[in-house]
Amino acid sequence: MSFYVLIPLLPLIGFLITGIFWPYFKGKGHIVTVPLMIASWVLSLRAFSETMSGPSVHLKLFDWIDSGSFHVAISLMVDHLTAIMLVMVTTVSTLVHIYTVGYMKDDSGYDRFFAYISLFTFSMIMLLMSDNLLELFVFWEAVGFCSYILIVHWYERKPSWVAANKAFIMNRIGDFGFMLGILLVYVVFGTLNYSEIFQKLPAHIHDSINLWSAFNGTTHYSVITVIALLLFVGAVGKSAQLPLHPWLPDAMEGPTPISALIHAATMVTAGIFMIVRLNPIYNASAVAMSVVAWTGALTAVVAATIALTQRDIKKIVAYSTMSQLGYMVMACGIGAYGAGIFHLLTHGFFKALLFLGAGSVIHSMSGEQDIFRMGGLSRAMKITFATMMIGSLALSGIPPFAGFYSKDLILSEAFQSGPTGHIFWMIGVLTAMLTAFYTFRLVFVVFLGKENFSEGEHHHGHEGHAPHESPLVMTFPLIFLSFMALTAGWAGNHYDIVGFLSQSMTVPHPTARPELSEDSLKAISVIVGLVGILLAYFLYAKPSTVPQRMAHQFKRLYSLSLNKWFFDEFYDLVFVKPTIFLSFLLWKEVDKGVIDGIVNGVAEFCQTSAASLRRLQTGQLQNYALVMAIGLFGMVSVFLFIR
Amino acid sequence: MTFLSIPILTFLIFFPIVGGIFLLPFMKMKNSDTTVKWVAVGITVIEFIASLTLLIGGNPGTFQMQFAEDHLWIPFANIHYTLGIDGISLVLIIMTTLLMPMCIFTSWVGINKRVTEFMIAILVLEGAMIGVFAAMDFILFYVFWEAMLIPMFLIIGVWGGPNRIYATIKFFLYTLAGSLFLLLAIISLYFEGGHTFNIVSLMGQHYSPIFQDFAFVALFLAFAVKVPMFPFHTWLPDAHVEAPTAGSVILASVMLKMGAYGFIRFSLPMFPKASVFFTGFIFALSLIGIIWGAMMALAQEDMKKLIAYSSVSHMGFVTLGIFVFNAQGVEGAILQMINHGVTTGALFLCVGVLYDRTHSRLLSDYGGIAKVMPVFSTMLVIFSLSSLGLPGLNSFVGEFLVLLGAFRANAAVGVIAAIGIILAALYMLYLLSKVVWGKYEPRSWALPDMNRYEWASLLPLLVIVVWLGVQPNALLSMLHVSVTHLLGQVSSASPLASLSGGF
Repeated sequence: MSFYVLIPLLPLIGFLITGIFWPYFKGKGHIVTVPLMIASWVLSLRAFSETMSGPSVHLKLFDWIDSGSFHVAISLMVDHLTAIMLVMVTTVSTLVHIYTVGYMKDDSGYDRFFAYISLFTFSMIMLLMSDNLLELFVFWEAVGFCSYILIVHWYERKPSWVAANKAFIMNRIGDFGFMLGILLVYVVFGTLNYSEIFQKLPAHIHDSINLWSAFNGTTHYSVITVIALLLFVGAVGKSAQLPLHPWLPDAMEGPTPISALIHAATMVTAGIFMIVRLNPIYNASAVAMSVVAWTGALTAVVAATIALTQRDIKKIVAYSTMSQLGYMVMACGIGAYGAGIFHLLTHGFFKALLFLGAGSVIHSMSGEQDIFRMGGLSRAMKITFATMMIGSLALSGIPPFAGFYSKDLILSEAFQSGPTGHIFWMIGVLTAMLTAFYTFRLVFVVFLGKENFSEGEHHHGHEGHAPHESPLVMTFPLIFLSFMALTAGWAGNHYDIVGFLSQSMTVPHPTARPELSEDSLKAISVIVGLVGILLAYFLYAKPSTVPQRMAHQFKRLYSLSLNKWFFDEFYDLVFVKPTIFLSFLLWKEVDKGVIDGIVNGVAEFCQTSAASLRRLQTGQLQNYALVMAIGLFGMVSVFLFIR
Repeated sequence: MTFLSIPILTFLIFFPIVGGIFLLPFMKMKNSDTTVKWVAVGITVIEFIASLTLLIGGNPGTFQMQFAEDHLWIPFANIHYTLGIDGISLVLIIMTTLLMPMCIFTSWVGINKRVTEFMIAILVLEGAMIGVFAAMDFILFYVFWEAMLIPMFLIIGVWGGPNRIYATIKFFLYTLAGSLFLLLAIISLYFEGGHTFNIVSLMGQHYSPIFQDFAFVALFLAFAVKVPMFPFHTWLPDAHVEAPTAGSVILASVMLKMGAYGFIRFSLPMFPKASVFFTGFIFALSLIGIIWGAMMALAQEDMKKLIAYSSVSHMGFVTLGIFVFNAQGVEGAILQMINHGVTTGALFLCVGVLYDRTHSRLLSDYGGIAKVMPVFSTMLVIFSLSSLGLPGLNSFVGEFLVLLGAFRANAAVGVIAAIGIILAALYMLYLLSKVVWGKYEPRSWALPDMNRYEWASLLPLLVIVVWLGVQPNALLSMLHVSVTHLLGQVSSASPLASLSGGF
């Protein structure tokens, strides 16, 4: 058996042991899952080093579904794209496993939590290693389930299960499109296997489909475009792009380790991974590409504007995740797949760092999440402050931190990508400035300034206590991730990660030179980042009334941002309430009223007509004699009359 | 193959019935309840093991009826006692025998009056249900088909809830009314098909288009009530709500399948032209059923009603898959029948677990039970996820194959059916939110976690839910030959080119 099988298998074993025997662990769930996770991480590194030199690996595990001409097997495929993603996923997952030992200590669901993050890691690894669309879809939904069950971890709190339901259902809506895309792929190509699809792609590139044939429509659409867009609907759900994004910020109701692992570094990037994996399909459709690019660009800027005014530390980071995912999707839309994945990887490290840092802050504040009730924490939490600072600089794209290299690559590729490219570049630069601003707003408000809390204050019913640095199990992952946030960008640039990834892709690396020199593009994005940081410094590092006055001045804009562009209210009004209302109405009036009414009506008709007929059966001889006499008289008279 | 030197199918039909008769003396005995329950467990377990020999002795490579038995029964009308099974009936029989021990375990606490009579009813019902799946003579089939109603009528009417009389009479009369059309069709087939009731030889005939249409409609009325298809479904929520847990499990898991089995066994191979002719009509009712059942489920406050309406939605996938006339659709439909049997059966067992403790099925009486019943909650979550079609668990494969088959036949039909999958997530997560999640508020009742009888009834189903999700081929491989033969019977009679739309 090849060691590749062990990479997903070890976390699965960890899940099974911890999940089945959880009552016996009693707060020791990590002794099984953490070592297995570390082993899986080591093997992923080995897989990465082997792909660097050797060919990609393909292992068939077993035939899954055979029906008629339809065959799907569960297989493992490791190529350059998978290998490099595996390294990031297992690294972050291992660190989150370790961090959890400290963060979830004393939680009543400690062992359960470990079981589920191991199950999640297994599913995520299988998602990356899948070699066909249905296998991808299986683990796509499996990571969604893990996300659901981990968001609902504190199930007694209503916001937890509301958020979990929202996440699952919004993803289901995305998966509805994804599933239809898979069905259409099978109908068109007769296979769901990636390599076979790509082989047959040129033959179908001009195929068209009549979407409205059932309604006698005649308009034909390019079938590749329809496939690409349907699959993209799935990515929109999973990667929290407009308009299926509202679940992601709400998912912050879950414990912070899973926010770092699932809702920042790994699961939410699956949509981008899918687009890159299927890049030949997307390359074949200019329409789909431009939809992808615009969706990403709009998501990036809208999410950034929302993050400006949020007060909850995790929500700010969540909106920044959504915004950065927008960058990656935009990169895919302009064909810069390598740059998109590069940013995905560096983002995975520095965003996991920011979330774990936020978790460290929340941990020390006994559950407080409002940044305006923190302040001055840099004195008590030196390691957390330093590492969060590194993460924030990376997110803001300041050299030499990781985000600078990858974000800049996306921006310069956008600039080169044809006429709309300049617009994408401008949106990207604007978003970069907003990002730097809100990120450092968070840092300054939380770590500098005066303390906006009283020591010993009671939060959420816990015994309040003074802020303190987190234990080593929590700070070690922070330090490790800071190291990655510091070096991953430089390393990716130095060792030409885009060239490495291009071996998994059909598009050549673009060679056209930009009009502005690359150096001046870089300078612009660094300058806007610095401007954002300086603005944040002047507004938030010291007590100031300017933010309040600005909020008052631009009341409408402020309210738009604070209320997240009213997406939730809109969905509630247009989809949720009408569906519930309609269900009740149809049930009461039609199902019970009409359909069952007819059934009962038939029965009642039989009963009443029988009851009235029964009156004839009086049991009195005189009545029968009378009826007989009348009958005889009637018959005789008819007889006489006719004759 | 024989079992205790009795032909295996005859054994499977009459062993539980005879076992039930042997239980009769216990009716007068006092304090015999536990003994009777264990005897019933013994009978159903032996029955299950015996049914597994079908797997060993069966040949999956042929579409011929296997384990065939044939004896003349009523000479003047040429009625035979003919038994035989193919891959399709095989999987349904094994599902039936598998679920029966669980029905007895789930009645351990809930049934405490007239225990012996209850067990006899269950055992007789089991024999009759297997008879339905094994009968290859149309009159014999009809006898078992109607015989099933009587024990179920008693199970709901005697051991049911407060409104049991209304529910059981509605159930009985509704199904009986549908069945009369079946009898009509059987008798007219006898005259059209050469004075025989043998199902295999009736399949081999060619019937005039008008007769096909007439007979198809007659059979449709019988089977549509049983499935139940929209708009013949309103007996189902009432029957489920009033039935005891075991009754609900049998009703949902096995009896609903008989309508679909009827379509597969009779309507398609005997009246292929009419089947193709009525495809659009069946599609429409199936799609309405999928969406309608799901929306009704959203509006329910009673757990059993919610699951009952979800059955309408899930069975819509079955009827849809049967009539798309391709391998994925039909195999997916049969897989969905088994999966629905296992998953919905398990969900009713779960409701039974709660009901035994609280005597309430209302969602508003629950909340936060994960706190006090963590193991049970885990089970309920897994079965709910199976029901909403999470990949990796059983139901996904069946639903996916049906969608694939439908999409190939007509893309618009596939798209509408897929909406049902979104709605399934809505109502199942709604159920979980109301029951499992939330703050636990202690009430007058105690909620201990599962006892050993509940373990015995739920754990095997949990294993199957996961196993069929990972290894659906174990089941599909038994179906390939029979389904290919079935599709051959349909397509030889009418070309299907007209069906594929969208391209």
